[in-house]
Amino acid sequence: MQTRVLIIGAGATGTALAGDLALRGIDCILVEKGDVNAGASGSNHGLLHSGARYILSDPAAAAECCAENRILKKIAPQCIEDTGGIFVAVKGDDEKYISDFPDACKKCGIPVQALDLKQARQMEPALSAQIIAAFLVDDAAIDPFKLSLDNLCRAQQHGARLLCRHRVTSFETGSGGIRRTHVTDLQTGKKFSIEAQIVVNAAGAWADIIARCAGVQMQMHYSKGSLVVTQGRITSRVVNRLRMPTDGDILVPGGTVSILGTTSERVSSPDLIYPEVHEIDAIIDQGSAMIPELAEISYIRAYCGVRPLPAEADENSQEQDDRAVSRGYELIDHQRQPEELANFITITGGKLTTCRLMAEKTADLVCKKLGIQAVCSTQTEPVPDAVDSKWTKPGLSPAVWINENRCKEPLLCECEMVPESVVRQIAETIAAKKKAPGLNDISLRSRIGKGPCQGTVCSMRITAYLYDQGYMDDRRGTDDLRSFLKERWRGQQPLAWNNRLARAELMEAMHCGLFCLELQL
Amino acid sequence: MNSQRADIDCDLMVIGTGMAGMATAMFAAKKGIKAVQVGVAGQLGFASGLIDVLGIYPVAGGRVVENPWQAITSLGRKEPKHPYAMIQSNEIRTSVNAVLEFLGRADYPYVCQKENNMVMPTSAGTIKPTYAVPHTMAYGPAAMARKEPCLVIDFKSLKGYSSRQIAENLSRSWPGLRPVSIGFPEAATEMYSERMARSLENPRIREKLADLIAPHIGDACSVAMPALLGVFRTLEVTEDLSRALGLPVFEIPTMLPGAAGIRLKEIFEQHLPEMGITSFFQHKVRNLSRKKGGGWIFEVEGMNFSRLVSAKTAIVCSGRFLGGGLHADRHGIKETIFSLPIAQAPERASWHQRDMLDPAGHRVNRSGIAVDRDFRPSDSNGRPVYPDLFAAGTILAGQDWMRQKCGSGLAIATAYAAFNACNNFLEKA
Repeated sequence: MQTRVLIIGAGATGTALAGDLALRGIDCILVEKGDVNAGASGSNHGLLHSGARYILSDPAAAAECCAENRILKKIAPQCIEDTGGIFVAVKGDDEKYISDFPDACKKCGIPVQALDLKQARQMEPALSAQIIAAFLVDDAAIDPFKLSLDNLCRAQQHGARLLCRHRVTSFETGSGGIRRTHVTDLQTGKKFSIEAQIVVNAAGAWADIIARCAGVQMQMHYSKGSLVVTQGRITSRVVNRLRMPTDGDILVPGGTVSILGTTSERVSSPDLIYPEVHEIDAIIDQGSAMIPELAEISYIRAYCGVRPLPAEADENSQEQDDRAVSRGYELIDHQRQPEELANFITITGGKLTTCRLMAEKTADLVCKKLGIQAVCSTQTEPVPDAVDSKWTKPGLSPAVWINENRCKEPLLCECEMVPESVVRQIAETIAAKKKAPGLNDISLRSRIGKGPCQGTVCSMRITAYLYDQGYMDDRRGTDDLRSFLKERWRGQQPLAWNNRLARAELMEAMHCGLFCLELQL
Repeated sequence: MNSQRADIDCDLMVIGTGMAGMATAMFAAKKGIKAVQVGVAGQLGFASGLIDVLGIYPVAGGRVVENPWQAITSLGRKEPKHPYAMIQSNEIRTSVNAVLEFLGRADYPYVCQKENNMVMPTSAGTIKPTYAVPHTMAYGPAAMARKEPCLVIDFKSLKGYSSRQIAENLSRSWPGLRPVSIGFPEAATEMYSERMARSLENPRIREKLADLIAPHIGDACSVAMPALLGVFRTLEVTEDLSRALGLPVFEIPTMLPGAAGIRLKEIFEQHLPEMGITSFFQHKVRNLSRKKGGGWIFEVEGMNFSRLVSAKTAIVCSGRFLGGGLHADRHGIKETIFSLPIAQAPERASWHQRDMLDPAGHRVNRSGIAVDRDFRPSDSNGRPVYPDLFAAGTILAGQDWMRQKCGSGLAIATAYAAFNACNNFLEKA
């Protein structure tokens, strides 16, 4: 395979870069070891920052967020719910932080409006009676899956190729650059190589592993953040705690749910991470100081992601909170590094809110290296609203199902009202790209398994459907079912109390008690 | 409540309408004990219809049990806290046989090999060891053992059941499976298994179904289909369809809730009242108090009215978290009706393994009510909490019915043991 640009990693940055290059008329291949947004890009709050959160810890990142917030609201409104956001402090919070906050925002050009407490509680009745300060900011909710899939759609319309479940195993270097990239198809085991003029490492928390394959020493730290999804939507706006970032201080609404987070814990590897019971307890205990009902309500699912952080931050203090480390991005031109690889670029760090900017800066460097004069147009060019991704939106499937009067059609997922036709459409789209659609692929592109039953019922129905349609053979669908259930379990296990424990019991009763999926008989 | 006059006086209150509650009520009825049963029926709808006694032991090794009675003996030695360890092996066998006989008399005979487990194919295309299966499924293990050519039917309107899934998954061990998908006679786009099973009790629908299947038979020696061969008249449905096709027809268990569980629910709900049990199905124990000098008063609440029931003894078979017998918050596990002590409840962080399919199983499943030799809920020192309260079924600590594949056997055997202890108590009193 040959291409001009090889992008490693199909997260928010990699897909935004593919979209940017497409607009500049540059072809690319995206290689992704999992699926789109499988890393941190798919396991965050879905928060489009106003910048106010970083205003005292990292003013530069705050200003970047503020600018990107405005751009994304213009170019990708279909991915954004413009909720607005509130910062609140409760009794006992640092009063200096509170009093410095509005001026610091203004200095960075971040719009902020002080609210009187009565007004704040009228706007958000769920807020605690103990709040002592409240400010209105321009935070919003953003669907990171839709953004990545829409960017990808733009790229694919311009000929970009996406290779999911393909792992980069090694690079062949020579004459001051990467000559070939060796790739393994994780599904078939097939090995092949890609020749690219430029290789961009956008592997997120795995960027150091990719860099090491090219002989580049890059030290990174991994900070795990865990989040929890509420059963219903708690507030209409984003609610932030007005203090230095710590556990359980952001609640982001998205469609029919809210997402509470987050924690920050060092982990030794970005793989095999789990949201832990003590983290969930910490964010619920902290969150309920702002919004008391968080202590009582039901939660659907917990998840976690890894923030990739540059290692230098660690030199200053072993004890410091990783959230205080700059959340700015890092663009590395490996030509200027000791290894002198002229066509190798790493883009890492950063945030979902700044993914477009990171893509722009990376694409600029790519163009410079290719000697192409092409100006970035992603600040103004709208991201297409791609059909591919529309089923990920909470609540959309029921709306369509009811509106189009599909009531005569079977629902494969009753919790989120996903009818057979949606599953068929997604499966056909994947199959058209010469890939066998699996349960996990359909889960990524729809709401299946994300409702109260967490996939206990729909997993088997969709597996049966995929076998029935001839997409699955041998025991492949059953292996896929096992991995889907394990993934759902990962998010349920720390939340298994109250009715969630009963649901977990039903899941195990059916899939282990009856179907014996824990055994390989 | 204590001062009010009870609406009903009885010897035994059975709390629960799952397999353990139903079996307890049956044992009580056979002994002529005056018993009241209360519970939100519907739990049995989630039963697979397979009567497991002990299918996997030891769990961590995932070993399939051939002879469940031998395996129970060794389980009793290695897991002294397991409820099976407190019951004589022959009593377990006697109790299971009693329930199988009861079901047989209710025109829903079960088939077992007495000494050995059978291996059943499931709709997931996996196989499952079990002790006894309803007559509607009985041909399956034999057909699988012989690897005979077999036509596997699914219905377009039944979700979560694909004949191709079954055939593909089992193809390595049973290559003779041939999948075919047909439209269920007179079906809507989407149908639930209970309705389909009920409609097969109509001879006209059966005839149409046989006509739809017949052209596909080819070299098949038998026909497998989802568990839909009737709800009340399974013998007639199975025999009639087999006769029409000229081949044995058998069922493969489906997703839950399925018709095979609903049959059990219907049989118990119909027969127990006929046997003299005062049944309050779709009722809950809302309130209770202890009588001076022993015994209980329960306030039983349904949709429209509540009643006061005075009972000399009670057996709690209210199930686990799904059944509502146990409840957990972030800080711990509670028993919901009597606030009984919970045994083996570790910290929440260790309730579950990170991997759902971890071969060791999850620790929370072994928590529950510890009982003394008389199946009375006991405190951490092993002393019974009340002299006249007994417990049975999956609420008991020390077992993992989902992994050990012992759900029905455990329910029935502990119901038998708890009832016998209760009966001794009543006789002495």
